[in-house]
Amino acid sequence: MSAIQAPNVDPAEQFLHRRTPVQRIHHVLHAYPALSPLVVLILASLLFGFLNPRFFDPKNLSLIFQQVAVVGALAVGQTIIILTAGIDLSIGAIMVFTSIVMAASASKFGLPGPAALGLGFIVGTLAGGLNGVLVTRLRLPPFIVTLGTLNIFLALTLLYSSGQTIQESDIPSLLLWTGEPITFASFKITTGVLLMLGMYAVFTYILRNTAWGRHVYAVGDDAEAARLAGIPVTRILLTTYLTAGFVYALSAWILIGRVGAASPNSSADANLDSITAVVIGGTSLFGGRGIIIGSLLGALIVGVFRNGLALAGVDVLYQTLVVGVLVIAAVAVDQWIRRVRA
Amino acid sequence: MNETAEARTPVIQGIGLVKTFGSVVGLDGADFELYPGEVLAVIGDNGAGKSTLIKCLSGAMVPDAGEIRVDGETVAFKRIGDARAAGIETVYQSLAVAPALDIAANIFLGREIRRPGVLGSVFRMLDHGAMQRQAREQLQALGIGTIQSITQAVETLSGGQRQAVAVARAAAFGSKVIILDEPTAALGVRESGQVLKLIRDLRDRGLPVILISHNMPHVFEVADRIHIQRLGRRVAVVTPASTSPSDAVAIMTGALDGSVLPIAR
Repeated sequence: MSAIQAPNVDPAEQFLHRRTPVQRIHHVLHAYPALSPLVVLILASLLFGFLNPRFFDPKNLSLIFQQVAVVGALAVGQTIIILTAGIDLSIGAIMVFTSIVMAASASKFGLPGPAALGLGFIVGTLAGGLNGVLVTRLRLPPFIVTLGTLNIFLALTLLYSSGQTIQESDIPSLLLWTGEPITFASFKITTGVLLMLGMYAVFTYILRNTAWGRHVYAVGDDAEAARLAGIPVTRILLTTYLTAGFVYALSAWILIGRVGAASPNSSADANLDSITAVVIGGTSLFGGRGIIIGSLLGALIVGVFRNGLALAGVDVLYQTLVVGVLVIAAVAVDQWIRRVRA
Repeated sequence: MNETAEARTPVIQGIGLVKTFGSVVGLDGADFELYPGEVLAVIGDNGAGKSTLIKCLSGAMVPDAGEIRVDGETVAFKRIGDARAAGIETVYQSLAVAPALDIAANIFLGREIRRPGVLGSVFRMLDHGAMQRQAREQLQALGIGTIQSITQAVETLSGGQRQAVAVARAAAFGSKVIILDEPTAALGVRESGQVLKLIRDLRDRGLPVILISHNMPHVFEVADRIHIQRLGRRVAVVTPASTSPSDAVAIMTGALDGSVLPIAR
């Protein structure tokens, strides 16, 4: 036998399948959509650690996790909606409304903690479901529907709370449970952070290992193809919005624990922050592509940039500017990755 | 009526099908018969009602009037799922695949297999292994060996390979009839040849095939009988042996009166 193996592919085929290094990277990024945000997160952390060694202080890292808990939790709901090629602009408004319902039903109407929490879950889920009904039954674009419900829930929040913040002393301890500290060695996080991480674990399982999860992708990829393949598209969309509503209620609970109060004016930026996290995390705004863990990485990237730039003494306005640049870069990378060819 | 015609019950039959869209008439009393073990081509000019006919037979549309029979029994398909339950599978021209999902996921799209036991019943866990294995077997049974990996996203496949995936899905679940809508329209010469071979393989496995096509050479190459649709009606049924392609086109366009010809069985 000679040392040279006889190729069983003809040379023309081999030539056609030859790839440049850029094409290889392209393919890997296409196959593993969470890879690019992971690389950005690691590089950014190393950079900020180099600029200011206090960045890697366990206290500081714990703080970043606590700061991203609410947006990270919301991004779970935003991700599943964006995967169906939708978008939810009412996400922050529903969360704040739900947090006020939870806190006020206890402080104003004397409901015990578990009942107030349960009521909040029902209200949050139904609020998400309202978006779903409008999108599927009236066949309105999700952008318009949620722009409308954004304003509706903002108004309802102010009406229900009379514009007043509900103080910690008036809120049952169960609602504040998500703010309880948990200590691992020198890291100090909260139960809210763990809850948020748990949500990612559960939804990673659902999207990867259940038929429903697969149908969410298929509907977002091509709704007509999904219908012809026998998938009940309307039911998938409706259950997606309902599930997202449930996620917003969980986020509301985390929010109360994080803030230590229920304020009608909190989390004004939550809408766009959640979309930012999803987009930076590599999920396509055109639907059907992406991975939920990417949204956690996206939320962490935003948290790391804000924290790291603050530690480096950069003005807060520049932090926002950098986040804007990140979003545009992420979408540009997504467009490039989508153009993969066999 | 001769004896053999009476002895054979059509696998699927349409009688006097009517479907209108406002003032536009899609089907105007169309008849249709598909017999066991045959490849029936459906040809017709644009607007002749080919697509409407096929959509009625595949459950994607409900006819306004007329009757559909499967094995001689009258059926009323309300949705695609009804026709599928009766063993009728359709490969649409658009293929109805989810490009970002892999081959196995697409073949089982909407009919996923769950893990046995508690994992499947309570945790709704998909059996990825079983689906990939069966998908591979299905592709091999159809002689499609050129696909590198069953976990490849469909968008990374060529047009012919995508068509093969869609046909494999239909063949995996279609127990009675496979309907192919313009399967070679978007394909090159070599890939078209592969699809035509697939059609013959399906027939050899005993599955009757309905082939909607504009491509006369392809139709005359694989069809046993040719149903010619014109202005919402069936104007003739011919065989490749009895009629030349140019006569078939003439009947299709109305240059030749097809109604004088006997209905080929």
